[in-house]
Amino acid sequence: MTRFRGLDALLSGFVFAVGLGVAGMTRPAKVQAFLDVRAWDPSLAFVMAGAVGITALLYRVIRRHRRPEVAARVAPRRGPIDRALVLGAVLFGVGWGLVGYCPGPAMVSLPTLDREAWVFVLAMLAGMFVARQRRR
Amino acid sequence: MIDSEAFTPLPALVGGVLLGGAAALLMATRGRVAGISGIVSGLFGGEADERRWQWCFVAGLWLGGLVLSFAYPTAFAEPRGTGWLRLVVAGLLVGYGTQLGSGCTSGHGVCGVARGAPRSLVATAVFVAVGMLTVALFGVVEGGR
Repeated sequence: MTRFRGLDALLSGFVFAVGLGVAGMTRPAKVQAFLDVRAWDPSLAFVMAGAVGITALLYRVIRRHRRPEVAARVAPRRGPIDRALVLGAVLFGVGWGLVGYCPGPAMVSLPTLDREAWVFVLAMLAGMFVARQRRR
Repeated sequence: MIDSEAFTPLPALVGGVLLGGAAALLMATRGRVAGISGIVSGLFGGEADERRWQWCFVAGLWLGGLVLSFAYPTAFAEPRGTGWLRLVVAGLLVGYGTQLGSGCTSGHGVCGVARGAPRSLVATAVFVAVGMLTVALFGVVEGGR
């Protein structure tokens, strides 16, 4: 019998989606409310705090106990803080602020057949495609 | 001003812990960062080995969305009537920007910050600040709370 090799990734994606939903982050209005300093909903900061806290803790455990080749990947990649990084983050920030969708919540919303999530994701795929073409 | 009616600290924290647990799982089993923009952009390109687990992860996201829509429908708001132009421009910018900047809220904001990557700290500070500036300039889409 062959073992299904993608179960860990499937489970990770599933828990990730449920986490986004429980946190309220699948509602773009709530994300925009975090970015709106005039009527500020700080919830997203608590999502980040919870996620970063537990990830940092578990990454540390993994680094200590896993095979060396896996543990090595936990270490941050060293790279320059260059123009591409900053410009990319600026463009992403504008797109994120305009609608309140980032890639995760938009992907999780697709099964609800929400027109806005589908239009956003298709445009996002096009943007990714253009970026990949330009890199070649 | 904090909008104290909208603020939901406990579900936010619990959801964040779930997200973090999911990200750590992917690191423990495969040594991979749970960066959604990277995973999605890899679906149609990249190496076949990578593509397989990336599709599994995305299937998990969709399964999660499906289960949420039945078990916890308030996770999704009513459509807000966001204009086409706004949606398309936002999508293009998010797609292009996350490729150029090598990550989004999950890859930089959660995984990168969690492992103390200077690049991710800078990227996260930049996209949060720019997101806030964008909302200040272009406003929020009404409805959908």
